[in-house]
Amino acid sequence: MKPTPVRRILWVVAIVVALGLLMAALARAQSLPTPPIVNGPPALAVQMTDDRGRVITLPRPPQRIVSLLPSLTETVCALDQCHRLVGVDRYSNWPETVTRLPQVGGGLDPNIEAIVALRPDVVLMATSSRALARLESLGVAVVALEPRSHADVQRVIGKLGQVLAVPDAQRVWRHIDAAVEAAAQSVPPAARGVRVYFEVNRGPYGAGASSFIGETLTRLGARNILPASLGPFPKLNPEFVVRADPDLIMVGARSMEGLTERPGWSNMRAVREQRLCVFPPEEADVLVRPGPRMAEGARIMARCLASKAAGNAGNAGKAGNAAKAPVAVRP
Amino acid sequence: MIGTVAQRGRWLAGLLLLASALLVPLGTGVGSVGLENLWPALWGDGTDPAARAMAWQIVWDIRLPRTLGAWCAGALLGLAGAVAQGLFRNPLADPYLLGSASGASLGVATALALMGGGAGMVGSAGGSAAAMVFSGHWLVRLGLTGAAFAGAVLAVLLTLALARGVQHTLRLLLAGVIVGVVLGAFTSLILLLSPDSLQAMQAFLLGSTGFVGWTSCVLMAGVWLLCVVAAWALSRVLDGLALGESTAHSLGLPLAPLRAALVAVLALATGTAVAQTGLIAFVGLAAPHLVRAVVKVPHGRLMGLASLMGAVLLAGADLLARGLIAPQELPVGVLTAVLGGGYLLWLMHRRTGPGGVL
Repeated sequence: MKPTPVRRILWVVAIVVALGLLMAALARAQSLPTPPIVNGPPALAVQMTDDRGRVITLPRPPQRIVSLLPSLTETVCALDQCHRLVGVDRYSNWPETVTRLPQVGGGLDPNIEAIVALRPDVVLMATSSRALARLESLGVAVVALEPRSHADVQRVIGKLGQVLAVPDAQRVWRHIDAAVEAAAQSVPPAARGVRVYFEVNRGPYGAGASSFIGETLTRLGARNILPASLGPFPKLNPEFVVRADPDLIMVGARSMEGLTERPGWSNMRAVREQRLCVFPPEEADVLVRPGPRMAEGARIMARCLASKAAGNAGNAGKAGNAAKAPVAVRP
Repeated sequence: MIGTVAQRGRWLAGLLLLASALLVPLGTGVGSVGLENLWPALWGDGTDPAARAMAWQIVWDIRLPRTLGAWCAGALLGLAGAVAQGLFRNPLADPYLLGSASGASLGVATALALMGGGAGMVGSAGGSAAAMVFSGHWLVRLGLTGAAFAGAVLAVLLTLALARGVQHTLRLLLAGVIVGVVLGAFTSLILLLSPDSLQAMQAFLLGSTGFVGWTSCVLMAGVWLLCVVAAWALSRVLDGLALGESTAHSLGLPLAPLRAALVAVLALATGTAVAQTGLIAFVGLAAPHLVRAVVKVPHGRLMGLASLMGAVLLAGADLLARGLIAPQELPVGVLTAVLGGGYLLWLMHRRTGPGGVL
């Protein structure tokens, strides 16, 4: 068997690829949503561009809303429109009233027919879910929003205000902004410039300076050991944290388990001197959701800074640390 | 044993078809709300038209295509499994052997990173221009399904290129393993760089029939018909190969092009199923074994029966996934592994000894 029919195989596969792409394109073209018929007074119609860049037109402001992202659920409620929610994802748990609503699965694995059965006027969800295309092909209006940074949260509040026809939605943002400012004022000068490591989960993934958590920390006057160049939520080599030797560690109770047993971590100043803020699950929920509760998140972090880091910040703290460092075994 | 091989094959086919016919109406009755809750809305007098339209949509546009889609995806995987095991003369071969699974995963991860990452970048201060340009890129417009299919087919292409053709089974196998591992590493790398897509990726890896609509259902059915016909026409090669490569040669079969065609069938069937439903484990591996446990037939019929078996297995698993903890859903891949694996294990132990199954 001398002649290798590689060329023939390549032809076959190339044709298969071409056919597949054609089919995918056809499937895609068919699943494009038909624009909803505007039958109300045109003045009431809502039109906006969501985070996919798609223009969404709704005949009237939606009265039945399903939210598949906790931060969007919280934003809807912060706009005082909680009563318009008819269903949420299984992770939405604030405010408490939403826990009594029907749950339609997770944001990424939602139960399609449970959503359709609720007959929503609009579904709010993240951009990266496979369910999005499926819901649109069933004629359900979908607004995809992706809050990640402070600027995003402000933008999402504006967009949701537009969708829900709520006047002056930006008051929610002004409230968050003022609360973060007040929290920053409450941080004692001694705690300014303290070097903080915020662990999001046990990866370990940390909150970088460009994440919304990092942005809040910056506004509170803390310094992040993870520079913005690492991206919002970088996966870290645990050694990096040991080397950076933060003054203060912020961590959720779930990822606290075994933290001090990581190689070298027990010798870090923050661990030795117990300058760790361990957030219980309710507080951790508040801290990791880019929504209206960022105001409360800022207060929680400010409290942590004030209680654990005062007097130990930066260079001024170094001398203090040496004096305060636990005395090793006495001879 | 009762009856001839052909008769037993026919019996099995009949049984599987009957099971399929039973599964379809059952499939329309199981979901977040039972059919008994939809029934009055569907047929009762005086229900408002909106409720009736909603109930109708749930049964006709969600449950029916989903059930049929699970059937088709299972049929594709069962067929691909039979082709793979015949082609490699290895009972452990499964449809994902040529790297299509890791290729599809890489395609999905790339699309997710470009989509999710891109959208996030637009809003954030540090947004790179490249990401913004990329978010309108063809890969994003292709969607996750298209990206998965393209990834699967390109991975098989890469395997073929590395193995320099299809003559050497061992080289093909090794190339498939290498491609699988390397592409898997790339997928991990991409997910590391955009941890936002991690969860969406997890959902894809578990596999789900929940998002199958009429379009993808019809697509899978069409591809299945094409593949079954092609595989049946090519089954003589597999029968020849079963006797050994040199014997197949001496039968005068043009091995290389026929094998290439079989690889194409394998890639097309697997790529289509993976693109529409994600990675569903074990159906492709178990279905041919389950058939062989009942009846020894030549490859032509084996492929048909394995296809039906895979279809029944996946449709049944999908039904259970929806029904067991309703209104919540179990990942269907977990159930296929438990069902198929458990049954296979039972068969294996029952028949161990001379002339055993494996």
